Amino acid sequence: MENSEHIPLLEVRDLHTYFHTFSGTVKAVNGVSFEIGKGEVMGLVGESGGGKSVVGFSILGLIDSPGKIESGELLLEGQDLVTAGEDRLREIRGREISMVFQDPMTSLNPLHTVGRQMDEVLRLHSDLGAEARQTTCIEMLESVGISRAAERLKAYPHQFSGGMRQRVVIAIAMLARPKLIIADEPTTALDVTIQSQILKLMRAQIADKGASMILITHDLAVVSEMADHITVLYCGNVVERGQTRDLIENPSHPYTRGLIDSIPDTTQRLDRLSQIPGSVPDIRNLPQGCNFRERCPRAQAICAQKEPSLTPQHKSLMAACHFPLKPGEAA
Amino acid sequence: MLGYLLKRLIQMTLVLWVVSVIVFIMMSFTGDPVFMVVPIDATDLEIEQARRLLGLDQSVLVQYWKFMTSLLHGDFGRSYVFRQPAMTLILERLPATVEMVVVAMVLAVAVAIPLGVYAGANPNGRISRTIMAGSLMGISLPGFWVGMVLIYLFAVTWGIFPSSGRGDTAEVLGLRISLVTRDGWHHIALPAITLSLGTMAILLRMTRAGMMEVSRQDFMKFARAKGATRRDVLYKHGLKNALIPVITIFGLQLGDLIAFATITETIFSWPGMGKLLIDSIYRADRPVIVVYLMLVALIFVVINFLVDIVYTLIDPRITLK
Repeated sequence: MENSEHIPLLEVRDLHTYFHTFSGTVKAVNGVSFEIGKGEVMGLVGESGGGKSVVGFSILGLIDSPGKIESGELLLEGQDLVTAGEDRLREIRGREISMVFQDPMTSLNPLHTVGRQMDEVLRLHSDLGAEARQTTCIEMLESVGISRAAERLKAYPHQFSGGMRQRVVIAIAMLARPKLIIADEPTTALDVTIQSQILKLMRAQIADKGASMILITHDLAVVSEMADHITVLYCGNVVERGQTRDLIENPSHPYTRGLIDSIPDTTQRLDRLSQIPGSVPDIRNLPQGCNFRERCPRAQAICAQKEPSLTPQHKSLMAACHFPLKPGEAA
Repeated sequence: MLGYLLKRLIQMTLVLWVVSVIVFIMMSFTGDPVFMVVPIDATDLEIEQARRLLGLDQSVLVQYWKFMTSLLHGDFGRSYVFRQPAMTLILERLPATVEMVVVAMVLAVAVAIPLGVYAGANPNGRISRTIMAGSLMGISLPGFWVGMVLIYLFAVTWGIFPSSGRGDTAEVLGLRISLVTRDGWHHIALPAITLSLGTMAILLRMTRAGMMEVSRQDFMKFARAKGATRRDVLYKHGLKNALIPVITIFGLQLGDLIAFATITETIFSWPGMGKLLIDSIYRADRPVIVVYLMLVALIFVVINFLVDIVYTLIDPRITLK
């Protein structure tokens, strides 16, 4: 037990998840590695189409045809989920790893009461009797800030607002006390005023239950408040990772720098918002060398020839760049 | 709810009235029933007498007025041919038709739903493609052809089932039902299968389309992320959400089969009301046709009403207004 902190809760090793479509193979996740310890919050950051959600679904074994985990390991406390059978995965889903989806308007079944959808988790993952299950559901709903919980169990999702529904989704995700929550853009579809409430709620819930969380988002501002460490994805590859503070204050990859500079700074008045030029390349037809070079202000000849690999940078950072930024250096 | 019922009742009365008008007008343009009633060598005088007897010497308007007033007194008119109340004629034959349709619909649903769910959940599999090809045949093959092929194979060649007629019946709650006797089932098998194939194919395709649509929804993936079994995800979460259009079509098909099982009944000499309709049309037996079509309209209205109620049972977002 004394060195339990050194065994990561989840270790992702060189994960490749491809989608074999008619118009070519989409290498949505192409060699992603990271690990997350017990009780930690990891931010998984990147632009749309960067493969963030696919990482989340890969962990739960929810990649549907034509998608497939081509290679890599997903070690949950040392047990590989890639080679685990569907029966074992079903035990893990909801009980050990659960997921919160982006849009609470669509992630609840509109035809079942909230109570039934919560009860389903407990029926699958606990031996509790009907009454005990109901009590657990009521307590859970109350703990995510829904009042008159006993009454609300009988209500249908359409009778809740968006923020309330996301609370219900979080309650469902927390019900079986999972060790890991994968939150896929949990606040993107919500009103700005609700966003911080939901984030606070999630942080309180995981701290309370001692769970870990992977927070998938494109919003660095959100992740910098929540995460212990951050992994930045670009075109299915990890381009940089490290402790939140190190990465936000002094990123070493030009892409991370670009993402941070894109956050509007209210203390400075600018005529134009900063942005990363260009757009994410067609993932079916990636350029040779560094995937980011066409949008990178620091790109040189070697970037077109050789794909950079993750190398240690200053402090806790690892970055995949031939010309990483030094602390304080502008892109 | 009470207001809703009242509204539906008024609607229903209106529909029935409109149907009676349309049928009456159409009837007055087609053929002269008198010649179907009198002997072939009847004199002009006899023909005139018969015409007066049937009330056909009066204008359409007067005929309609008489029809409506006696209808409001519970008299639906008498068949020219059978000299019996038209309603009695039809109601006598209704159980035979309804029992055949019920068997056909149960069969259609029992086959269509599981296969449709499977094909919708695995749209690219070889089995799904086979199912879909089969359903295309079910839709495009005409009932009379299927019926004749079934008779040829199962009755003529192999002698497993009888080719025609209704089997032994027994009285249940005052109705003569053949589903309670072995012989009855023996006779109903072929006509019910024939009648069910088209509906089966349509329901299957509706179920598949609905399931494909629902499978893309987030809550299906969320249900899987909760650890639900594939079966529960498909049937408890998926099917229920795919069911509304399936039930709509089910209702329409049910009405259609009860009203117009004519062809199947004719092929299998099934003594149902579809055959009565065809015979009445041949003989220009107007009172029977009018009452028949009004009864059909009533059946459709009632089924539609029931379908609306079922909607609200399935989807809490739908309310009766």
